[in-house]
Amino acid sequence: MKKKIAMYWGAGCGGCDVSLLGIHEKLLDVLEKADIVFWPCATDFKYEDLEKMEDGEIDIAFYNGAIRTEENEKIAKLLRKKSKILVAYGSCATEGCVIGLANLYDRDEIFNAVYLDNETTPNEKKIIPQGMEKEGIELPEFLPSLKTLEQVVKVDAAIPGCPPPSPVLEEALNALLEGRTEFGKEVALCDECPRKDTKPDKIEIERFYRWHEKEDDGSCFLAQGMICMGPATRAGCGGECTSAGIPCTGCMGPVPKVENQGIAMLSAIASIIEDMDEEKERAVMESIKDMVGTFYKFSTAKLLPYGRFKDES
Amino acid sequence: MSFEPKIVAFLCNWCAYAGADMAGTSRLKYPGNMIAIRVMCSGRVDPEFILEAFEKGADGVFIGGCHPGDCHYVSGNYRTRRRVEMMKRLLEEMGINPRRLRLEWVSATEGQKFARVVKEFVEEIRQLGPSPIKKEEAI
Repeated sequence: MKKKIAMYWGAGCGGCDVSLLGIHEKLLDVLEKADIVFWPCATDFKYEDLEKMEDGEIDIAFYNGAIRTEENEKIAKLLRKKSKILVAYGSCATEGCVIGLANLYDRDEIFNAVYLDNETTPNEKKIIPQGMEKEGIELPEFLPSLKTLEQVVKVDAAIPGCPPPSPVLEEALNALLEGRTEFGKEVALCDECPRKDTKPDKIEIERFYRWHEKEDDGSCFLAQGMICMGPATRAGCGGECTSAGIPCTGCMGPVPKVENQGIAMLSAIASIIEDMDEEKERAVMESIKDMVGTFYKFSTAKLLPYGRFKDES
Repeated sequence: MSFEPKIVAFLCNWCAYAGADMAGTSRLKYPGNMIAIRVMCSGRVDPEFILEAFEKGADGVFIGGCHPGDCHYVSGNYRTRRRVEMMKRLLEEMGINPRRLRLEWVSATEGQKFARVVKEFVEEIRQLGPSPIKKEEAI
């Protein structure tokens, strides 16, 4: 019997929906084994259709995007109720992704930046789109902080990546259709990086460069002094970024069994600074301008689930 | 009830822990707010331990190691110094006062210094108030 699958787009850029189409003709193989019963982005299903389903009727539901509004939260809970297996699809649902960096600011700061202080969007009436209702349609409430899917409902499996690269996605879909919820590689990105052979045995850095500050010589980014999240990031993408000349920023999340990707990398980076006196050392570390943005680019929502702490005394 | 800070201290086996021992055998008094965890080297203190201590309810984290140049394992304490510095900057960006994390060099003979820095640190945390981080029930 064909499996029933669903896909929902929460707070995200839409890249995840496109990535599912990005497996091209392999999607036809998937559709031989499964029927789509809910996918608002690509098919004409409404929330009422989802509500009318029996509990547990959907075999596999994919949730992409994070949880930023009341609507996201409501659908996440509804999908959980209606499905046997709920999958966090992509970095937003799994770890909060880039939009999770918004947890460094509170709701008012975000609204001010987006609706009031933004020079390129004139807003003379100073409208903030919250609590509005027209003809029975209400705008959903913006939650105080961004949450990952797992912080709201129980999640059975996760597909990492921003968006999940095709090979990762194909493996995951095959595994899920066979009933397995564990898949993916258990090694770090360095293992499959095309620059692997240029990594020296011992890396010592005397200063850090941002990507645009130095000409790339084609060797291991860390050895060149550019922060590359490869050693702390799960393999699977085949080094898409590093082969295109850009250091890894860690979208695939931590290697399995590692809880905290950012801190693992922070510790590693601290260990490869060359021997020098304390003052010089401090200057080198100060050249990393944005600690959270560097080490937690994709997982700030996990580091700060309730937003930034207030302990400024 | 007044606020009693909870401090988790990671002390290196060769210097700071021996220094704490020295403070004890010398009958020096220091506040009992500190829970000591002995590690073989301050370099063993993964930044994850620091974050976990805070998440589990510590109001401050203290790390004691050998003086620079004296590490039993040659360079462990230098790494600690860099990691702590990086951690302080991360904590600051997270909105946590970096003064809640303190690194001190205490040798095996410096019982006096150990008692003094612990006392100072407890007072400092008392002034900062309870940590806002606690995720789970306090230890």
